[in-house]
Amino acid sequence: MGRNLLAKVWDLHRVRDLPGGATQLFIGLHLIHEVTSPQAFEALRERGLKVARPDLTFAVVDHVVPTDDVRRPLADPLAEEMFCAIEDNTAACGIAFFPPGCGSQGVIHVAAPELGLTRPGLTIACGDSHTSTHGALGAVAFGIGTSQVRDVLATQCLAARRPKVRRIVLTGKLGPWVAAKDVILHIIRVLGVKGGVGFAYELAGPVVERMGIEERLTLCNMGIEGGARIAYCNPDEKTFAYLAGRRYAPDGADFAAAAAWWRTMASDPDASFDDEVALDVGDLAPMVTWGITPGQAIAIDEAVPSPSACPGPERAQAEEAQDFMGVTPGKPLTGLKVNVVFIGSCTNGRLSDLRVAARVARRGRVAPGVRALVVPGSERVAAQAEAEGLADVFRRAGFEWRLPGCSMCLAMNPDRLRAGELCVATSNRNFKGRQGHPQGRTVLAGPAMAAAAALAGEIVDIRTMMGADA
Amino acid sequence: MTAQSIQRVKGRVVPLGGDDIDTDRIIPARFLLCTTFAELGEHAFEDDRKSPGHPFSDPRYAGAKILVTGRNFGCGSSREHAPQALKRRGLEAVIGESFAEIFLDNATSCGMVCACLPREVIEKLLADAKRDPRSEATIDLAARTVGLRRRKYPLAMDESVRQRLLDGSWDVLAVLQEARDRADALAARLPYLAFRRGGAAR
Repeated sequence: MGRNLLAKVWDLHRVRDLPGGATQLFIGLHLIHEVTSPQAFEALRERGLKVARPDLTFAVVDHVVPTDDVRRPLADPLAEEMFCAIEDNTAACGIAFFPPGCGSQGVIHVAAPELGLTRPGLTIACGDSHTSTHGALGAVAFGIGTSQVRDVLATQCLAARRPKVRRIVLTGKLGPWVAAKDVILHIIRVLGVKGGVGFAYELAGPVVERMGIEERLTLCNMGIEGGARIAYCNPDEKTFAYLAGRRYAPDGADFAAAAAWWRTMASDPDASFDDEVALDVGDLAPMVTWGITPGQAIAIDEAVPSPSACPGPERAQAEEAQDFMGVTPGKPLTGLKVNVVFIGSCTNGRLSDLRVAARVARRGRVAPGVRALVVPGSERVAAQAEAEGLADVFRRAGFEWRLPGCSMCLAMNPDRLRAGELCVATSNRNFKGRQGHPQGRTVLAGPAMAAAAALAGEIVDIRTMMGADA
Repeated sequence: MTAQSIQRVKGRVVPLGGDDIDTDRIIPARFLLCTTFAELGEHAFEDDRKSPGHPFSDPRYAGAKILVTGRNFGCGSSREHAPQALKRRGLEAVIGESFAEIFLDNATSCGMVCACLPREVIEKLLADAKRDPRSEATIDLAARTVGLRRRKYPLAMDESVRQRLLDGSWDVLAVLQEARDRADALAARLPYLAFRRGGAAR
């Protein structure tokens, strides 16, 4: 029986077994940012410890940066303090830091793959739950908390529990305007927001094989929303082509050697899995969320479920969600008035996402009264979008073209919802209060649906809006 | 710095209930604009607790040590600020039907106990604490039980987590440091650390 990718990567990085079945795991790449690292550096200082492998540690500032003006000092003194902290900590420890203006800054999960830091066969940890994103290139990548950031800084190791592996085989040909975001929302809906707890998700099958790397990044990004701390795709020729020529990817003759090794790290054809799920996504429609968890999702042509039709334990939650969101059971979401549109984040802030959104934006103008933000995932994405003319498309259509950062995904910067506003967001979480106001409401969707909502001023079916232009 | 062994938690219960309580609800992101955890306690459930009847704004539950909730507690963001806020509010343990994995790691790292019980027992605990806020529960890690009103219910917990709490290595850094030489030796064998990095502009 062959082995799956997770088993190969785990065994390669196992320093030793710990009591009770945990593993001391070596971390091949440690990504840090300004929110979850300052307390970790402080803990190191308190104990007189050094960073074990600054050469395997890379830092950005992404969560707190404003998207309109990043001149120092930042307008918010607390954000400025956090910026200074990571600047000082990385300088003192010899860690590479990518601040705004360097050309490589961005949301860590957008910037690291672009830099070629994310590669097959690595263990990757970052103090951010969306670290699952990096699995798209065949890494075993997972989010950690601040104490664990400290552990990795001090030892380049973690105490980790080995997950089981669930292989999700996706078949069918995706319909027009249906993409990775819709697929992952569908998976979470089917398997539940805690369905992946204790599992790593291997996303496989012809649908994944046909996807480009950026779509795979979207897919793995939201594995955590389904409870799976780790999600990954097996590396293939597309992965290698994506990595070729990137700053931190192997160079010259070593690239061929690396690619040969990367190939060996993919799951074997006869690999075994702890669980297997097959999903035909051929008849999937664009997805939207109607509630306050990413699992509360429906197809755009489907009605909001009646709480009484939900399974027992989910009934109260559905009632709470519908009350909070102001949606009506039995009705579809189309026609729901939209105040804000947010296109960006580590889920859908990449060039391919902006291309799709721009195709829609070319068709009209942002509806009166709608605030529509396009926040590129990184400076590299922004530069490419400018060069391709996408930024101009957005500006002409009345979207605000912003600077890169996490922005309104979690609203730690000034980009926030106001009371009662409803936002169609391409990000990953529709939790109560997530976008910066306790009464702000979030509908998650893909970039095409979000752009369409901006033009219409209400939630629409992108397929209807674009007609035959598929 | 050696950590304390945690054998048991005995105290009053705050009956939160609810499923899929995410870390944005436990500590909203605007309170993450900080470089220490020191001030977080006062902001636990800052937004949720404004709704009527929320147990975190009910003075009868002030000083409770055990939070009781439903399934998938602590899902979402990896912010350790969440268990840190609960801990700084005086909570020492969370009893739930299940926990999100990153939350479980973060809670363990700060010496907070996360114990799993079946839904029907959780409902008993919730009902009991609502009826009598002075009622106490006891989590016994060695015996793997939760005690409530002279009855004991078996709890479930990841074995590596339970051992770390019992042997005082819940702050696991010292354990990881012991194997420094082995970690260095492993790194020296990793194929990818030997590949020469490119200097390409892309």
